[in-house]
Amino acid sequence: MTTTKAPAVLVEGLHKRYGEKRAVDGLDLRVEHGEIVAVLGPNGAGKTTTVETLEGFRRADAGHVRVLGEDPATAGRAWRSRLGVVLQDNQDLAEVTVREIVHHVAGFYPAPRDPERVIDAVGLREKAAVRTRALSGGQRRRLDVALGVVGDPELLFLDEPTTGFDPQARHDFWDLVESLRDEGTTILLTTHYLEEAERLADRVVVVAHGRVVAEGAPDDLGGRRARRARVRWTVDGTTHEEATDTPTALVARLAADLRRPDGEVPGLQVLRPTLEDVYLGLIGDDASRTADEEAAR
Amino acid sequence: MTTPPTGAHARSAARSVPRLPGVGRLALARTAFEVRVFFRERDAVVFVFAYPILMLAIFATVFGSDEELIPGSGVYFPQYFLPGMVATGVMLSSFQNLAISIAAERDDGTLKRLRSTPLPPTAYFLGKTGQVLVTAGVQTALLLGVAALAFDVPLPTEAGRWWTFAWVFVLGTAAGSVCGVAYSSVPRTGRSASPVVIPVVLVLQFVSGVFFQFNELPTWMQQVASVFPLKWMAQGMRSVFLPDEAAVLEPSGSWQHGPTAAVLVAWLVVGLVVGVRTFRWRRRDDG
Repeated sequence: MTTTKAPAVLVEGLHKRYGEKRAVDGLDLRVEHGEIVAVLGPNGAGKTTTVETLEGFRRADAGHVRVLGEDPATAGRAWRSRLGVVLQDNQDLAEVTVREIVHHVAGFYPAPRDPERVIDAVGLREKAAVRTRALSGGQRRRLDVALGVVGDPELLFLDEPTTGFDPQARHDFWDLVESLRDEGTTILLTTHYLEEAERLADRVVVVAHGRVVAEGAPDDLGGRRARRARVRWTVDGTTHEEATDTPTALVARLAADLRRPDGEVPGLQVLRPTLEDVYLGLIGDDASRTADEEAAR
Repeated sequence: MTTPPTGAHARSAARSVPRLPGVGRLALARTAFEVRVFFRERDAVVFVFAYPILMLAIFATVFGSDEELIPGSGVYFPQYFLPGMVATGVMLSSFQNLAISIAAERDDGTLKRLRSTPLPPTAYFLGKTGQVLVTAGVQTALLLGVAALAFDVPLPTEAGRWWTFAWVFVLGTAAGSVCGVAYSSVPRTGRSASPVVIPVVLVLQFVSGVFFQFNELPTWMQQVASVFPLKWMAQGMRSVFLPDEAAVLEPSGSWQHGPTAAVLVAWLVVGLVVGVRTFRWRRRDDG
């Protein structure tokens, strides 16, 4: 592993528009070596445009982009040999077998992993001699990962890797990604599944409308305010609700104020926002603000 | 950054110890891979590889050896038909094959995947070239074998004729390949590639006189065909496989080797320029 202080990925003020649509609108991103970062956001938020700019497929309209210390728009083969790329929805390579393609692609790299061990690692040993057209969706995605890691990359991009998976396949896939993390691979993952970000990422970056709307460890996302507990109770058929950082004190005060013989607070609920509530709050705010902006035009 | 320049230098030197694989080695690996994939695609094997051989067998059987094309020359229809099918095979293996396969590879994500690896583009195109040469070479050998063994077509013995064969084959393959790469950007999707490519190829076959005697086609049709390479490849191949007196069957009365080379080189240059300027690794709708 490299010992430099420079991050694996550094993005400052990235802009990209397609015609009138601002796909990415001033996005900042930093991924340190050895980290798994999830870029989480709804469809159309600019996740894929951002990742494909980092992979060198698209040119930024404006902004500073460095991946493994180089500008992806001009970086060459040596740079590409240090990356692993798993793109969205590949339907290629129908007539070759798993073993053939993993060995073939390994040959493109200066110091590849052992292709047979990679096939084992992604759980395709029993399918090694099968043509890829006969693989299931989950198996195909595992093959994509095998091809992404066979070059022994320092940095792996996974663009919406589990879209369309059944729950079991998704959990198996997560185990695979965690085994890569344990080997020290830096991973930048995009997803619109909250669970996936929560399970895999050291840090989550929430993107909506081409901008970062929140960033943090899955447990801290949205900050303290977004994570306040809400206390709900009912008096004379009316439901009251209050957000608070100190729910225990509030409940004690309510019990004292109401002075009921049994000491109970009627209809009491203490609600803790889940990550999903926080996330929907984050992207919902942004979505409604944009809708307002559009209505104002 | 506190790292002294020498340290950074030493580190980058250390990183370059496992050298990137050479372009030559990758081109060979790509050729082997492309040939293997080609022969697994049933459509390609039937409509690119086997088609001229089947056509030769059918036409030579139907029109047989009843009547000499020129009285006293000993030239029967199968011998006239063979060069047309050799030229057709070269066009199918180069132009049709690449136009369809690259359009499909662009559509299904193969090209984008390759672009995300350290495979140099040169090695990709050399791999395609290698696959075309192997396919066209084996196809032509089979055509000559079938013609000689099943239909008693005499094959030339003079070195000069094989030299003509070699340059027409190489120039035709090269022009067809670069035009195929360029034309692969025309179909909007992989599924539409065959319907967009095959009619062009079929029309060219009819107007270029590979199914009929070229000199019996209407003059305007001969003129249209003269713009395109297939007519010249077929004429060049006739100069290899037919006796010299058969040149009277050409509208110009001669084999026209100079114009043949000029037209093929012109298409090679035009195809190369257009192909380089229009080639895309991604689908048109992909940003």
